[in-house]
Parts: sequence; structure tokens; C-alpha cells
Amino acid sequence: MSEREKILGRIREALKVSAPLPGSHGDTAAHASAETPTSHAREWLPSVGVSVEEQFAMFAKNAADLKADFQLLASRDELKAALLKLRDAEKWSRVASHGGEQTDFACKALGLPVTLTDRGYAVQEMEQCDAGITECDVLIAQTGGVVVTNRSAGGRALSVLPPHHVVIARREQLVADLPAAFAFLQQKYSPDYPSMISFITGPSRTGDIERILVLGAHGPKKLTILCV
Amino acid sequence: MSFVSQFKTLASEKTRDLRHRQVIRTALRSYEVVRDKRKAAFQSWESARQAAAETKWEAINHLDTHLEALVAKLEARGTKVHWASNGVQAREIIAQILRDKKARSIIKSKAMTSEEIHLNRALEKEGFTVVESDLGEFIVQLRHEPPYHIVFPSMHLTRGEIKDLFQKELGDAPSDSPEELTMVARRVMRQKYITADVGFTGANFAIAETGMISITENEGNARLTAALPKTMITLLGIEKVLPRFADLALFLPMLATAGAGQPMTCYNTMYSGPRQPGECDGPEEWHVVLLDNRRTELLADAEQRDALHCIRCGACLNVCPIFRNVGGHTYGTTYSGPIGAVITPHLRGLQEWKHLSNASSLCGACTEACPVKIDLHHHLLQNRRNASAAEPAFFERLAYQIFGIVVNEPIFWSLAKKIGWLTQPLQKAVKGSALDPAKAWTKTRDLPPQPRESFKDWWRNRK
Repeated sequence: MSEREKILGRIREALKVSAPLPGSHGDTAAHASAETPTSHAREWLPSVGVSVEEQFAMFAKNAADLKADFQLLASRDELKAALLKLRDAEKWSRVASHGGEQTDFACKALGLPVTLTDRGYAVQEMEQCDAGITECDVLIAQTGGVVVTNRSAGGRALSVLPPHHVVIARREQLVADLPAAFAFLQQKYSPDYPSMISFITGPSRTGDIERILVLGAHGPKKLTILCV
Repeated sequence: MSFVSQFKTLASEKTRDLRHRQVIRTALRSYEVVRDKRKAAFQSWESARQAAAETKWEAINHLDTHLEALVAKLEARGTKVHWASNGVQAREIIAQILRDKKARSIIKSKAMTSEEIHLNRALEKEGFTVVESDLGEFIVQLRHEPPYHIVFPSMHLTRGEIKDLFQKELGDAPSDSPEELTMVARRVMRQKYITADVGFTGANFAIAETGMISITENEGNARLTAALPKTMITLLGIEKVLPRFADLALFLPMLATAGAGQPMTCYNTMYSGPRQPGECDGPEEWHVVLLDNRRTELLADAEQRDALHCIRCGACLNVCPIFRNVGGHTYGTTYSGPIGAVITPHLRGLQEWKHLSNASSLCGACTEACPVKIDLHHHLLQNRRNASAAEPAFFERLAYQIFGIVVNEPIFWSLAKKIGWLTQPLQKAVKGSALDPAKAWTKTRDLPPQPRESFKDWWRNRK
């Protein structure tokens, strides 16, 4: 008998005795048959405004709390100006990115040498880049974070290896909350999910020394979200 | 030294160590403030807890079907799945993968399951280089000690101690600023990610519906571990399953809130395979090792089965008055605090570890803090009951029998009251010394003074 069969056998044996259900409370006592315990998660998670303006305001507040830089821009010209400002302020000499409508525009605007990940890349070269510029799948008002996948954001390393991660997003990518983000991912990808989906909520951080917040533990020290 | 006497010795040392107490208190005070703030931001934290408990109940009480679904999905995308009944098997599976790959160096992100099976020691013995990449884990690895806390491995250390450690072990510690010390670790680790042959991770959740492993972290070290090395290995306990992808919408913010008072942990990443055709990076091979290691024995105890709902957030440790006084290392277990006291007797033997269930004031703070509603303090009582039912202690039973006779017979009871009153000054004189028959109890406690007149006497004599 394989270990798989042995472990599954022990599980089935153990489950012959049923365990009491966790204490019930009023409002979930009767699930409709299609419902799962987490179907109503939206009603319990932190509240999000109804209008798009409120949700952008919430996104901006949450992003600021996380020490991410969020800029809501009116046009592509403003996007270009914001990118050039970052390039000059941090004296970028090389960036890493991937092919995409937003990223192509950003790379062209920057006018710097670019390491593109689409057809493979040298890790050492990406490590030397000053910023990683990616697109994303959604912005989540509830958390102030973004979701990237290796399909939409140039692989697994691009959004985490360079010291500054710049996300170029579109306004219509904003969703209200986490349940909406999961529903979006399911609709967009299921059943063929990208092999990596990452919810990024602020720049890399640690509190392992006296619980004092330090940014840029291993991932990017800075996260900039530019939304047009 | 037996586990119980080791626990007692360390516990009495640590509770007297005021510096230790100060460090832990400072660390946890800031945690409490932010956690309460985040909990208050939920529209209904209590409903969320209930739903999380029901979801984990569903996952654990249909564990076989969920595991089979998970594995089928993982394998369909080229992931190699291994099953290990115990730590010896899991270590051998992992070592064999390393030998097959002719690997030398392994970069690890935080995994309590690997602590549970003492993986690093086994791999180092075979000549592999293992580097912990989580900052806290890296610090305790340099100190050759186990993590102090399941979420905050190095919370018992001050910045000064970490500076000295880095100076001694790495020859690089510009100052004791947490920022600069973190940057030292960042520099050390960068090249290790790029040159490591194998990346090793743990897991926070496994999604049966979509065949994904979800990893929660703040630093980005797990992201890099799962991106750069050619081979990736993930070790997870079989209890980590969740039924559906969408369940994460609730579990991710709850884990972050209960564990560290964050709205969301910085990186929550779901992996569903090794590098797929058309993808530009990621490991060529991904091995997932499913670990039982006596979890099925805990599963067989229907009364305490909900202990397998645990999402390892550490909230019960943070609020436990015992943990806060005796500290994480005193337990001598991989999982410390209330959850450790509940599950260790199941994972490592009831009689050897029953003392942990007695190291509790039964205040219930752990049960209240638990985001998945594990009935922790009642499980501590059940462990006590099970331990004494299996191996009754002769003197304890005798003492309770005598006590039963005394309280049931009015003559004996009033006699006992008189003796108590008369010997009271004597007890004060010998309190805690070798002459005191109750010294184990009175050494650290005061006996309340016995009044001249009992309530019963007062009632009878009242006008």
C-alpha cells in the first residue's frame, strides 16, 4: 500500500466519527443550498464606499497607510510626466519591464535601456535594474493593494526583485473589495489560472527586529501605483 | 531531563527574568493596539469568525475528498506530489530530491512544518547548505536556536543583541538601527537567491477547488524563493486545505488581522504549478510534500478535531498570560502557547506533554482570540482529563478521596476548620519552606487568611 493510500485510509477511518459543528449564530443558521459559509464575506469585511469616487478615496487612504505611493492621473501626458519625475529623482539608468499596452508606453516615455522579461532574461541583469515596471489585474479599494499574475505582470520575479516596483494601472481596474477581486480572477482565468497570482499590499516590509517596521526587507523598498 | 522538569526549570527562570518580560511586553503591546484597530474595521468580526470556523470544519471533516481534489489538480499541471506519514519519510523525500538534482544550496522561506520535522539539521548533516531567508528565521538560525514564536521568530531579541550577532557571524553591522540591520540581511540574501539550486517553502492554505498553494508573507522572500531557483519544494501539513478559491477573500484578511494586526499581509501568493509553457520564469520542477505526522491521530479525536482548523496566526500565543511570562522556548515544542499545549500531546505523546495543559490559567483569552473559533481552553481541560484517565496519579486520587470524605461529613469538616484556624500562624512561619506540606502551592502564592467565624457559624449564631 502506498503512503497516499495509508494516509487517506487513516483519514477515512478517523472521519467515521463525526465532529460537532462549530457554534451557530443567527444570521448564517440557514444557508441556501448554493451558498457556502463565506458567500457573505462582503457583509463582514471592512466597508467600502458605494461610488467609484469613494472607492478611489479609500484606495488612496489605504495605500498611504501602507506607505505605497498612489497617483491618480488624468491623462497619458501626466503619466509620462510622473514617470520622468521618478526617473530623475532616483537617477534610474535601467529598468525591467514586460510587453503590454501600458508598459510599452511607459518604457518609451522613459527612454532608458530596458530589460524585457517576455522571452526570458538574465537574473543578474534584472537585479541591477533600478525599477521593475509592470501592469496588473486589479486594484482593490478595500486593501489599497494590487493583484498581479505572472501572465499579466511579466513573470514571477519582475514585481519583486528590483528595488522599486512601479505598477501602471487603468481606472477601470479598480474593484471594491476582496470578494470582487477573487470573482474577477475566476472569471478572467478559470480553469486555466496563471501559475502565480500575487496580492501585493504595500512595499515589502518586516517587523522582525523589535516589531519596528522596516520597508524593503527582501522585495521592493518602494511601490508606486500610477493609475490613468 | 524529562520534558516536564525542563519546562518547570525554564519557566521559573524566565518568569523571574524581568528583562525578558519587558521585551515581550513591549513587542506585544504594539500588536494589541493595531490588532484591535483592524478588528474594529471589520463590519462584523464575529460573523467572519463563524464563517471561517464553518469553512475549516467543512474542509477538515471532508479532508479525504479535498486532498484528492487538490492533488489531482496539482498533478494535472505537472507538480510532483509526495505523501509522508511522518517526519522521517518527509526528510528522506526532500533529501532524495536534492540528491537527484545534485543540489548544494537551498534557500528557505519560513515553514513551521520544517521545524516540526527538524529538516535543517537533517539536510546539513548530509552536507547541504540551508539558508533561512525570513529575517526573523535568519536571525535565530545564526543563533542556532529554534524560533521563539510561530509568527515572530526573533521577538525575544533586542536590536543590540541582533547587532552583536551580525557583527560576530557576518562581520557586518553598521549600527543597531533596525533599518540598517535589515539591509545587512537583504544584501547577504540577494546573491543567495540567485545562486541557490533549490527553493523551499511552507504553505498557509491549499485550495482544493483550483489546486493552489497559498503563501502569506511580508518580506518578499517567499516570492523570490518561488521565482528564482530551478527547483521548488513545498512542505505542508495535510490540514491546510480550504475548499474554494474564493474562501481566501475571508481568510487572507483574517490571518493578517489576527496574526499581526495588518489589513492584509504584504504578499499573498497562490501557486498552481511549476513554470508553464509560455511563462518566462519560475521553477522547472515543483515538488509538494504532504505531511501527516500524526495529524490523523488528532483527526480521530472528534472532540478536539477543530484543533486542525488552526491557521497558525499566533493570536492565542500573543494573548496568553502563560506564554507572555514563560516565553516561547520554555515549551520545548515546535508549536508553543495554547495551540501548542493542545496539539503537542496528540503529535508527540500525551503522558510526556500533558504538563503543558496544566500550564494554563484557563482564562479563555486564547479561545476568544482564535479567528477560527478553536475551543482551546476546553481542549486543555480535555487533555488533563484524558491524561489522568489513562494513567491516574495514585496520590492525587487518594488526596481527592480524603477531601471527598472530609467535605461530606459535617464532623470532619468542622474539625478540619478548627485545625485550619489553629495551625494558621504556624503555616505563616513555614510558608514555602521544606517543612510546609503544601510548599509546591504556597511557594509562589499566599494562602488567604481563614476567618475566625465561618459563614455557616455566623448564620447559625445570628440573632
